[in-house]
Formats: sequence, C-alpha cells, structure tokens
Amino acid sequence: MKRHLPLIFLVLAVIGVQLLTRATGAAFYLTPLTMAAYYSLVVVGLCLLMGYAGQISLGHAGFFAIGGYLSAMLTTKNLMPLKENSLIAACDRLGLLTHGQDMFGEPFLHMQPWPACGCAILATVVVAYAIGIPVLKLKGHYLAMATLGFGIIVYRLALASPLFGEADGISEVPGFPILPGLAVSGDFSARVSNYYLAWGLVAFAMWLLVNLIHSRVGRALRAIHGAEGAANAMGVDTARYKLNTFVLSAVLAAIAGIFLTHYNGGIGPSEAGITKSVRYVAIVAIGGMANLWGALTMGALLNIMSLRGMFGSYDDAVFGAILIVIMLFAPQGLLGIYLPAALKRLLRRGA
Amino acid sequence: MTLELFSQYLLAGVTYGIIYAIVGIGFNIIYNTTGIINFAQGEFVMLGGMTAISLTQWLPLPLAIAVAVAVVMLIGALVEILFIRWLDHPSVLRMIIITIGLSILIREAALHLWGEGVRSLPYFVGNEITTVQILGARVSPQVLWVIGVCAVMVLALSLFFRYTLQGKKMQACAANRMAATLCGISARNMVTLSFMLSAGIGALAGCVMSPITYTQYDIGTGLAIKGFTVAILGGLGNSMAAVAAGLLLGLIESFSVSLVPLAFQDAISISLLLGILFFRPHGLFGSKDAAALKDF
Repeated sequence: MKRHLPLIFLVLAVIGVQLLTRATGAAFYLTPLTMAAYYSLVVVGLCLLMGYAGQISLGHAGFFAIGGYLSAMLTTKNLMPLKENSLIAACDRLGLLTHGQDMFGEPFLHMQPWPACGCAILATVVVAYAIGIPVLKLKGHYLAMATLGFGIIVYRLALASPLFGEADGISEVPGFPILPGLAVSGDFSARVSNYYLAWGLVAFAMWLLVNLIHSRVGRALRAIHGAEGAANAMGVDTARYKLNTFVLSAVLAAIAGIFLTHYNGGIGPSEAGITKSVRYVAIVAIGGMANLWGALTMGALLNIMSLRGMFGSYDDAVFGAILIVIMLFAPQGLLGIYLPAALKRLLRRGA
Repeated sequence: MTLELFSQYLLAGVTYGIIYAIVGIGFNIIYNTTGIINFAQGEFVMLGGMTAISLTQWLPLPLAIAVAVAVVMLIGALVEILFIRWLDHPSVLRMIIITIGLSILIREAALHLWGEGVRSLPYFVGNEITTVQILGARVSPQVLWVIGVCAVMVLALSLFFRYTLQGKKMQACAANRMAATLCGISARNMVTLSFMLSAGIGALAGCVMSPITYTQYDIGTGLAIKGFTVAILGGLGNSMAAVAAGLLLGLIESFSVSLVPLAFQDAISISLLLGILFFRPHGLFGSKDAAALKDF
C-alpha cells in the first residue's frame, strides 16, 4: 500500500490541477500540461533504464520518433496506388483501412490509427531488440556513443526521406479514436478529455513501473547497476534483464511519440534530434537517476516551463546548464537527496 | 569511373579524412591522460573557426588564426579547471553527462554570439574559383592547405610526444598515472595541458577547413561523432592509427557518394561506427588483450 501512496497523490494532483485551471480560467494551460505528460512518459521509461538498470541511452528521441513518424506516415499516406498489393488488400478486408475523399474529391485509402499504432509499436520492439542486443554489450563511453549514433541515424533518415516529409515532417495527422467518444486529438472541445487521457496513461505507466521495480525484476536491475559481475555470478541473467528493460523503455518512448503526434496533428524531425535525447537524460539526472517519482515530477515541471516558453531562446542552454550543475554538485539528483530527507523529517514530526 | 573523377573523390576523401583524424587525435590525447571521452571535442573545432572569422575584422589572417587558436586553448584549459579538475574519481556516466552538457552550452553560446548563419574564413591563397590540377583533378589550393597543415600537426604531435619532456610526462601519465605522480609529475597539470593541446589542434583544424567546409554553430556534433569513429577505428588511445583510420573513413565517405545520396552520408559513417563497436571494439589496429585492460 505504501508504495502506491504517491500514485494516489498523482491522481489527486492531476484532478486538482484540472479543477484549478477551470476555476482560474487558465484552461490554455491544459495543452502544455497534456504535452508534458507525454514527454514525461519518455522520461520515466528512460529513468528505469538509466537509474535502475544503469545503462545510458542518448538515443531515446529516436524511439519517440520511430513511434510518432510511423504512426503519422501510416495514417496519412495514401495507399490507393498500392490497392492491388495483396498485403494491402488483406488489410482492407480485415477492416484496417479507411476509405474517403480528400478535399479535391480524389479517393484515398489510409490505415486506421489502431493498426497504425500497432505497427509502430511492433517496429519499435523489433528495432529496440535489433539495436539492444549488440549495444547493451557495450559499457560507458562506447554505450553512450553507440546510442548517440543510433539517434543520429534516425534523425538523418527522417530528415532525408521523402516518405517522412524531409525537413517539413508529417502534418495533418488525424485524431486517434481510443474508444467511441474518446479520441487523442488537438480538438479544442476535447481538451479536458485529452488531458485526462494523457495523465491517465502516465499514471498507468507509473503503476506498472513501480510494481516492476519492487519485484524480482527490480531487484535484479538494482543488482546489475550496483555490480554487474557480481549479479552475474549470483545467477542473474544480466544480459536478458538489460535488454528487456531497454525494449520496455523504448516502447514507452514510442507510445509517447504516437500519442503526441496524434495530439499535435503532426511531427517534425526536431523531435528526433540529439538535443531532445539529451534533454530526456537531463531530466532523469535532475530527478535523481534511480527515482521514478523524481523523474516524473521534474519531467512534468521542466517540460511545462519549456513548452510555455519560459526559457525563451535559451531553451537548450538551460537544459545543458542544468545537466552540468546537477552532475557537478548533486550527482544523486535534487529530489534524490533533499526532498525524501525533508519528507521523512516532516513525517517523523507528524507522528 | 574515370581517372579524373577517381582522383577528385580521392582528394576529397583525404581532405575530410585528415580533419576527422585531427578530431580523433584530440579525443585520444584527452582519453590518454584522463580516461574521459570529451564529447565537446567537436565544439573546439567550431570555436576555432568562428573566433578566427570574427577576428579577421581587426587582424590580418595569419594573426587572427594564431589568436583564435590561443583563445580556444584557453577555453580548453578553463573547461578542464572549472568542470573536471576538482572532481574526485568521477564515474564514467557522470563525466559523459558533464561533457555532453558542456558541448550543448558551448553550442548555444555560439548560437547567441554568432547566430545561425553559415560563415567562413577567406581562402588563404586566391579565391573560390582558383584551382590547381592534381592527378587530373581540379581542386582548390585550400585543399592542399588543409592536408598540409594537418599533416604538419600530426608530425609535430608525434615529435612532441617522443622527444620533449612535457610530451614524455604526458605519455607517462597515460601509461600509469599513479607511477607518474610518484615520479613527481603533476598529473593534474598534465590533464590541463592535454585539454589545451586537443583544443588547440581542433581549433587550428577548424580554421584551415573553414574556407571550404564553412563553419556553423552546430557542426560540432557531426565532427565529434566522426572523430570518435576514427579514434575507435584506430584503437582508442593510439594517435597514429587514428590518422590511418581517419583517411580510411574519409575515403569511404567520399566514394560512397557515387553509390548513395549525399543525405545518407552521415548514416553510412555512423553505421560503420556501430559496426566497429559491435564487432571490433578494440579497433582495426588495436590489440584485444590490451583493450581488455583499459577502462571504458
């Protein structure tokens, strides 16, 4: 029960913030709040990988982009010329495609968001395994450079492929109907429901991750972080645990990418950039590495500030500076040392 | 492929290759004395070019380049003194994150100082249409400047490490830091010196390449990853092998243009990096047993 206390707190905070924006008429805050939720999803996934399994990834924006771009491409690309293709025809018969007409009256054939989302996640899993198996054998600088290289390749491919819209990215991505009457979309009227949808997803992911780190898997991961050789000697299958954690955190990033793309109605190559990957790492570091709730708090806070334009043109510089200051003076993270200690003191006094 | 086209690609490959080699040597110098991969290495190259371009407003070209190199060396020393020197046995992860943060800060500072525009130094000899003919290929004399200056730098560095006291002290720190300290060498000063040295060679390379490759605030990341590829390809810590690896990468890149679109050029060299990391992390010329003793 105790470990789920923060989860209840999160749910209450989410509801509280929505009521607050409603009461103060600051409903325009809901959009950055929703976007911040999706970015936070990437951050908590990366936190599991960096803080608990002890493996750095400088390519998480790449997984975000794979999810977002694939889902965007499949739901906007006109499959009409490929209609005769047996695979496309089979998809059509299964009801996975939508027929319609564009504004010029030309017929088009798109994939529906659910199968597109499925394809994107599947592709992410495949890529994450393909990259993860060789990459996770590396350590330290080599691991950092290899994941950075992966991120740059995804960025370059997005930037150079006409299929992914080159420098313009993909726009006019349709909404994603999750349930009848509930869709991920940037519609003005659906702002509140999208806010709850996004944070509901984050809460669900947190519930999953918190349970995971308190299980046998979590203990194994902490053992790997502490001393990989020792963990191996004790019979922990370190390679498998590292790989599965890597894939799980990649999938979380991809899901965030898919949802945010449908929410924004588009995606551009900057989402795949190195600065985005570094930003995720920065937030995990500030949150305190092995601290899921810290990562979530800082992820939400800093992303909202950034999305509201509070850092102006110094956006990337702010994250770079934060990264250095934290690593120099408080490598355990701000929330890692100060906040839990302060909370404990408070609780003790209360009791 | 005609001979002309072949030698054109060859010269382009050698030009880029030797620049990558210089960046790779910069990685090696710092890695040898500290065990750190300095992710901000590419930013030194950018800073060198940018500073020299600004200084040409007031100074003649050779002086501007000399001052720019000195300024960047100073920045390199400052970076080491402010961010690295006083850390006590930092973990690898911590150092990676700090140097990445540094590279972002330097890049953003350059963006605010010099803007997004593409800049370049004037050609050292002639102008953009002056050409010389080599092996049937027509190239700018600047290409010869790049190759010449970088080759001299490589030579000077190897002489420095082999025959001067400072160079030998740095070698000693690289071989065994504890033993070097016991012999009265200040390992900390050697680390500062290594940062200055690698900042300096990066800055000079940034100046000579500027007329033909142009300088922009964000060229650092690309150069760093190429330089790192070269350093790994040659075997981390081995500077002379980095030259061979640099030329190899430059040639692969320039000849790949005839097979795949230019936009995918970066993807090719990074795939090469991944391939090397996966299959031969001790490098083409390195020894597996020696690499096993090192700490990455």
